[in-house]
Amino acid sequence: MNTAAGTAETSQVGGDPVAILELRRVNTHYGAVHILKDLDLAIYPGELVCLLGGNASGKTTTLKTLLGMVTPTSGEVVLHGEVVNHRSISYRVENGVTMVPENRRLFKRLSVKENLILGAYLRTDKDGIDADLQHVFELFPRVEERLGQKAGTLSGGEQQMVAIGRALMSKPKVLLMDEPSMGLAPALVQQNFELIEQINDDGMAIFIVEQNANMALSIADRGWVLQTGMVVLDDSAEALLANPEMRAAYLGEA
Amino acid sequence: MSATMTSTSAATYRPRVSDQDWRRIATWGGLCALFLILVSLIGMPVGLDRRILIHPVLSLGYLSLLWIPLVLGYVVSKHVVLEGMAAPEPGARDLVTGLVTGAIGGVGLAVLLLGIDNFNIRDPLVNWSPQLLSLLTYERGLGFGAVACIAICAFLGLVGSSIHVVPATVRRVMSFAAYGLLLFSVLESAISDLSEGFRLEWLTDIMFAKRGGLTLISSVVLALLLGALSVVFGGRVKSATTRYRELEGLERQRASTILFVVVAALCIVLPLFLGTIMNELLANVGLFLLLALGLNIVVGLAGILDLGYVAFFAVGGYTTAVLTSADSPFFAPELHFGITLVIVVVIAGITGLVIGAPVIRMRGDYLAIVTLGFGEIIRLLFMSDWLKPYFGGAQGITNVPGVDLGFATIKGTDPRSVFYLVLVFCALAIYISWRLQVSRLGRAWMAIREDEQVAEAMGINTVNTKLLAFVVGAILASFSGAILVAKVGSVFPNSFMILVSIIILVVVIVGGMGNILGVIVGSFVLIGVLGGPRQPGLLQEFQTFKLLIYGALLVFMMLKRPEGLVPSARRSQELHQEEFLQDVWLKGEDHEAEEASEHAAETGPGGDEPPT
Repeated sequence: MNTAAGTAETSQVGGDPVAILELRRVNTHYGAVHILKDLDLAIYPGELVCLLGGNASGKTTTLKTLLGMVTPTSGEVVLHGEVVNHRSISYRVENGVTMVPENRRLFKRLSVKENLILGAYLRTDKDGIDADLQHVFELFPRVEERLGQKAGTLSGGEQQMVAIGRALMSKPKVLLMDEPSMGLAPALVQQNFELIEQINDDGMAIFIVEQNANMALSIADRGWVLQTGMVVLDDSAEALLANPEMRAAYLGEA
Repeated sequence: MSATMTSTSAATYRPRVSDQDWRRIATWGGLCALFLILVSLIGMPVGLDRRILIHPVLSLGYLSLLWIPLVLGYVVSKHVVLEGMAAPEPGARDLVTGLVTGAIGGVGLAVLLLGIDNFNIRDPLVNWSPQLLSLLTYERGLGFGAVACIAICAFLGLVGSSIHVVPATVRRVMSFAAYGLLLFSVLESAISDLSEGFRLEWLTDIMFAKRGGLTLISSVVLALLLGALSVVFGGRVKSATTRYRELEGLERQRASTILFVVVAALCIVLPLFLGTIMNELLANVGLFLLLALGLNIVVGLAGILDLGYVAFFAVGGYTTAVLTSADSPFFAPELHFGITLVIVVVIAGITGLVIGAPVIRMRGDYLAIVTLGFGEIIRLLFMSDWLKPYFGGAQGITNVPGVDLGFATIKGTDPRSVFYLVLVFCALAIYISWRLQVSRLGRAWMAIREDEQVAEAMGINTVNTKLLAFVVGAILASFSGAILVAKVGSVFPNSFMILVSIIILVVVIVGGMGNILGVIVGSFVLIGVLGGPRQPGLLQEFQTFKLLIYGALLVFMMLKRPEGLVPSARRSQELHQEEFLQDVWLKGEDHEAEEASEHAAETGPGGDEPPT
């Protein structure tokens, strides 16, 4: 995961950046209900982007479309330049897309170690897995202490560490995070976002889906605001934070 | 345990004897009476009176009643010592609690006696009978019976509560003696069978009375012996197991090897000294163990609640019968058992795929219902007129030969050989389950069991992985079916009732889901002692009450011990480790302040604190 750092900078400096993961005019339906409407978004190497929006705005559906749990009815999902609309989840995971699910959702009755190893389910390079395990321990020394314990017995903060560690184990190029602040105490949310920033500093592209707009924008490079399945704002994080519309609707200011 | 009475904390006080929680006593006393009356009217005391445990004084029938005040007396006088609160010192007050609870139960029984004596409602209640009356009054009239009932129940309640009061050594000696006596009397047939094999008949002649049951003298001697043993060995077994668990690496491997060799040797040598009946029983236990191990993979590891598991048992049985029997109505190649087995694997695997493919995409309850249906469908197909020309309908297929090994033939008339055959397959199944559990595939199954969606997000192909669990389970079940048919020499659709599925599931749940040792213990306890759907166990008298006991046991286990009879070693190891880590954490002074603040945050509004 350290290798991504170099390419990220060069590709962006080069002026013609190649997106890791892209949605091109994507439409999705649940039954007949139109969820995402002509959605366009792209995640470039090394950047931290966030998708904001209220309830039922289509945030989670976007995430599911990116990972392959939902197939778009029209438009294209592009991974490293390849259209992957009909590729399986495991294909996308193998090629560098991983999700940290909402509410952490660890395998509660399995040990921390088993949780981490399951993150590397599709990998066969044993040495690489061991190395990445060590990398996770470096990031989260607490996780190593709790290795044999059942994941369900960990505290909320530790579970979040394991959830991120588990995602990192698949050696992703882009990390999709579904509501990382959900269900955590304020102090932990702060800590969690610092962690995300740290991982991003190591060169990992991160895509955060959040309701907590303030928090997400404080660390993100760019952001989109989604409303009823359409992107209504698309700007840099600073601009979004300064945007009066945005402040009124999502940042709790009249 | 820790929450009971052995309060090591300083804050205890001596409560007044009259300071009772009367409402609690009334509740539990009422429960006691209710249970006693219920068990009496179910017919257990009369039905089980034939089986004598200790010759003149105690039969299984009486035991079916007497344990109730004993256990409830124990439960009612149990206190949870609250951390940081002054705890009442166990003593006279608790004894009174138990005594009164037992007495209330006894009164309930006395009222029942009075009722039986004065009214006749035998019409709806079959067991409202003079036999019950004479049993409960010890054939000495109503007055004596009523007083005796109350006195005995009160006394047993007292004994139950005294478990909290007496010193730990006394408790251990008494429980050792009591459990030991119970074990010896329950295992009577096994013991006498075994002693016959070892030419030690004189020993059993002394120990057991002619009509069955330990004699009074021998039970006293045994109790004394066991009590003495408990003093000598007290705590050693426990420390040995913990020492074994703490072993690591090579040493642990060596210890495990020795343990394995001992168990294997016992399994091979012991049957040689056992008679036909015991070997038959062991073979049955093995057949069900094989089934349970297979279901354990499906339910315990992959979390697929398959209620139609018997279907694969049936497929294995019928495939074997068709391929080996000369009397197979349509197609009778009369193949050798070994070749048949290969075909059985293939057919069971295909059946697993065919049944599994449509079913596997469903979740939880729906899957359970549909598999339940499939289980019945398979049996009804074998029974149907449509397939009668091929499978013989209700008459089944008979004349299935045993397994010809060249030097010996394994067949039902020689249950010892069947046991060895089953043993081989059980060993194979245990090995496979054990290896699978720690493999990549096993982890994927467990991940699916825990959270299917997240497992999918990890890149696990959940449909194929679940199907594979289904197929592996199907193959193990089909082995069991093949052996059963070779053992019995015939196959009938009605050997594959839905009940078989349910009993195997109970074995897996009671033993401990996803836990191999638990499943083994579960099969021995349930199939060996209580008996399978048709196969009698050691307590043959339980035949009529078997399903009731199975049900009661299932409810009890789900409420009180959902992890099963044998909590897996892994789990206790983890708990052990957790305690250790917490100790370190509490004692550690060099931890950063950050961690402390995080901990404070966790205990705050989030409520994410792990349950300790």
